Amino acid sequence: MKPTDLSSPSYFHKVVDCQWACPAHTPVPEYIRLISAGRYTDAYMVNWESNVFPGILGRTCDRPCEPACRRGRVEDEPVAICRLKRVAADNKDDVLARLTPIPAQKNGKRVALIGAGPSSLTVARDLAPLGYDVHVFDAEAKGGGFMWSQIPRFRLPESVIDEEVGYITNRGGVTTHYNTRIDSLKGLLAEGYDAVFVGCGAPRGRELDVPGAQEAAANIHLGIDWLASVSFEHTTSIGKRVIVLGGGNTAMDCCRSARRLGGEQVSVVVRSGFEEMKASPWEKEDAMHEGIPILNFLVPKQVLHTAGRLTGMVFEKVKAEYDDKGRRKLVPSGEPDVTIECDDVLVAIGQENAFPWIERDIGLEFDRWGLPKLNETTLQSTVPNVFFGGDAAFGPKNIIWAVAHGHEAAVSIDKFCQGQDVTERPDPLVKMASQKMGIHEWSYDNDVSIDLRFKVPHADPSESLRSIKAEVELGYDRELAFKEAQRCLNCDVQTVFAANLCIECDGCVDICPTDSITFTPNEEEDALRTALKAPAINKHQALYVADGLKTGRVMVKDEDVCLHCGLCAERCPTGAWDMQKFFLETAKTTNGAQACLSR
Amino acid sequence: MSYLKPALKHPGLPKNKLGFTRRDYEGSISTLCAGCGHDSISASIIQSVWELGIEPHRVAKVSGIGCSSKTPDYFLSASHGFNSVHGRMPSVLTGANLANRELIYLGVSGDGDSASIGIGQFAHLMRRGVNMTYIVENNGVYGLTKGQFSATSDKGSKAKKGAINTDEPIDLVAMALQLGATYVGRSFSGDKTQLVPLIMGALSHQGVALIDCISPCVAFNNHEGSTKSYDYVREHNESVNKLDVILGRAPITAEYAPGEVTEVAQHDGSVLRLRKLHEDYDPTDRVAAMNYLARHKAMGEIVTGLLFVDPDPEDLHASLGTVATPLNQLNDDVLVPGAAALEKLNAALR
Repeated sequence: MKPTDLSSPSYFHKVVDCQWACPAHTPVPEYIRLISAGRYTDAYMVNWESNVFPGILGRTCDRPCEPACRRGRVEDEPVAICRLKRVAADNKDDVLARLTPIPAQKNGKRVALIGAGPSSLTVARDLAPLGYDVHVFDAEAKGGGFMWSQIPRFRLPESVIDEEVGYITNRGGVTTHYNTRIDSLKGLLAEGYDAVFVGCGAPRGRELDVPGAQEAAANIHLGIDWLASVSFEHTTSIGKRVIVLGGGNTAMDCCRSARRLGGEQVSVVVRSGFEEMKASPWEKEDAMHEGIPILNFLVPKQVLHTAGRLTGMVFEKVKAEYDDKGRRKLVPSGEPDVTIECDDVLVAIGQENAFPWIERDIGLEFDRWGLPKLNETTLQSTVPNVFFGGDAAFGPKNIIWAVAHGHEAAVSIDKFCQGQDVTERPDPLVKMASQKMGIHEWSYDNDVSIDLRFKVPHADPSESLRSIKAEVELGYDRELAFKEAQRCLNCDVQTVFAANLCIECDGCVDICPTDSITFTPNEEEDALRTALKAPAINKHQALYVADGLKTGRVMVKDEDVCLHCGLCAERCPTGAWDMQKFFLETAKTTNGAQACLSR
Repeated sequence: MSYLKPALKHPGLPKNKLGFTRRDYEGSISTLCAGCGHDSISASIIQSVWELGIEPHRVAKVSGIGCSSKTPDYFLSASHGFNSVHGRMPSVLTGANLANRELIYLGVSGDGDSASIGIGQFAHLMRRGVNMTYIVENNGVYGLTKGQFSATSDKGSKAKKGAINTDEPIDLVAMALQLGATYVGRSFSGDKTQLVPLIMGALSHQGVALIDCISPCVAFNNHEGSTKSYDYVREHNESVNKLDVILGRAPITAEYAPGEVTEVAQHDGSVLRLRKLHEDYDPTDRVAAMNYLARHKAMGEIVTGLLFVDPDPEDLHASLGTVATPLNQLNDDVLVPGAAALEKLNAALR
């Protein structure tokens, strides 16, 4: 196997599983250490730099980081990364003075952002500090987009949205045009903006198409529209018996909202099996915790109604069958149909992108799924000064993806407006620094906690079900947050090996608690993976291979379950192992504007 | 400095026949200098006992004084242990063995503990043939007192500060062979592929087994001019054979030329499968082994491997005709048969 190339930042970046998995590449271990140190404001700023909405995401993120977390591979559960983010937001001091300043001197470029959701707001945050005159348009009365209209208040309080949206819209450089629906892209382009960013989300719910749906339409609601209506307080009640169709997070928000607006018998009905549902496991858990059953393998067949009033639904019972290629097909199980009586149905079976307001004759091309044709990196459309991001770009994803798109789009827009090549992307900011403080001392806390994941305290259901606005999760207090933060393995503190210093004493091999290090004759990767002290079966994780040893062997380290405890380096007599902190900040227009903290 | 090894372990770690992983055989974290060869020997002992599938409570580890004699704290924390007086491990172990022959005895000592203050004890244990594994962690210096030459330092080797050793070294392997040890090996802490099977073979050997393990002292004896440094030992290491310890009758799977492999069946059912690396080396011929070692030592080679094994050893219990049951399992009336029995015994001796 070829020796590992450490010159590219991607090798060590990939070792930081959480950061690698995060679309915005937030330096997770960095902020978790700051939380341990009680430096909540600093932890918040590390987040704010990277993901723009720490308080919102700390409550609502889809947390791709957690399934990736190395801790989940050495014990039962990953670190509660998402909820620690909330701790930083909950406990921070006033951050206004630390936000990137907005210059009074403008650069003469005007940019229009359509939609005031997370992707647009990220673009605004990244462009305003450079002197851009940013205009945000949204049909609703306030900013936040889907974060505001789709996520119920019992998961995300209004004050948190207002605060973090305000950090972008209330500091100058950004002009908001709320209650303003853009009906024509052509018209907007004619207003002479230097660039336009489309971050309008995926605003159309898929409709239920079964017999009887038309007749009972008065009590069949599209989930996302109904949630918006609840958020805007236009809808304040629902029938006692409610069926929620769909297995995604929107369905979970619908059923839990229905529980709070008068729904007594609320059930979720999904076509697929329970395990294959799109909703995050913790959201399913929260719903079931509130007495909402999830009924699976039921396909809507008919809506029952009498005299124009919805009375129930009939479902066909199906089972999953898999073909040779492993593709799933739902086939009738032969069991009798299931009838569920209800007063209202909420339909959350998917969302579609809709761009009726984009004229088809302005050169903006769409693919066969109705999505704009984009350069996946630059997010530039076939009209050079129009960029897309968030759900509007590649269909429904989530907030953290929208933020990631926003950063990339901002870089593109900046380059475009400055007459530079949009496809030439700036490098990330990368730093490596030894953590050695003394002969056996490190500047990071290398003790490995053996605590299991701490549960986030919840409000008493009898209290929280009474109001749509009462937040269910109370968040970690400082003491719990410290303990949970201690579970982080500090994967960004990298084991860096210098073969020229190694005397092959095996000290590191013997001490490594997870048997990750082996000195062995070199072989091809597959053979090497089985020849190690403990087999390296997780092929998603790299082998770190170094040659140049006196015996001609190679040092092979399986990154998979390394605890980053630093014991290899402590037991190394010659300093051939060093613990070096890897810091990576993705390229943003604002890089360097924020003072680097604690690095 | 870390004083605890994290309890989290590799999820794919194999288990032995008892269902334990290697980590279940560990001790507390080592306080020896980083890079000490002794830590590799401790790791090899852990590996060996784990592979043999020995319950930790069936092992008694006994040591004397010195860096090496500290190490029993760093492995097999669930085993019996006795950290005895300097150089007195052999007599304490002999006593323990006489009282209870059911335990597996592991004596851990160093070149100071065995070749200087304890040389008399070493010699007599060897000649009595106590059923045990005697590991000498041999680094050629007094590490705890900052690096003076020990009795195993080679003549002409250089101390860290430049002094040249003028005394002849004691060769514990040669002594053991001469004194009748029935399993004699030499190895190097930096070569676990050789050391682990040697320890496994020694632990399953039913007589006195000596392993002289060269173990570089990183702090005081790993410089140029030393003959016990990692580099020097690697350059001069001449392994005479490659040992595999076969538990249960596993067939030979690899193809070997005739005469290339020797198998030695041991009393406990294990088989020592030796692949020759040096032609003409016969590990069952004591006199030939002594000659070979003397000749190659003169050539500046460090001969390692399983140097001698007697497939049919006799131990101290056999020659003394002692009772098979451990004393702690015998009742008082058997242990103290009374005045009449004493009288009878005395009469028989008159």
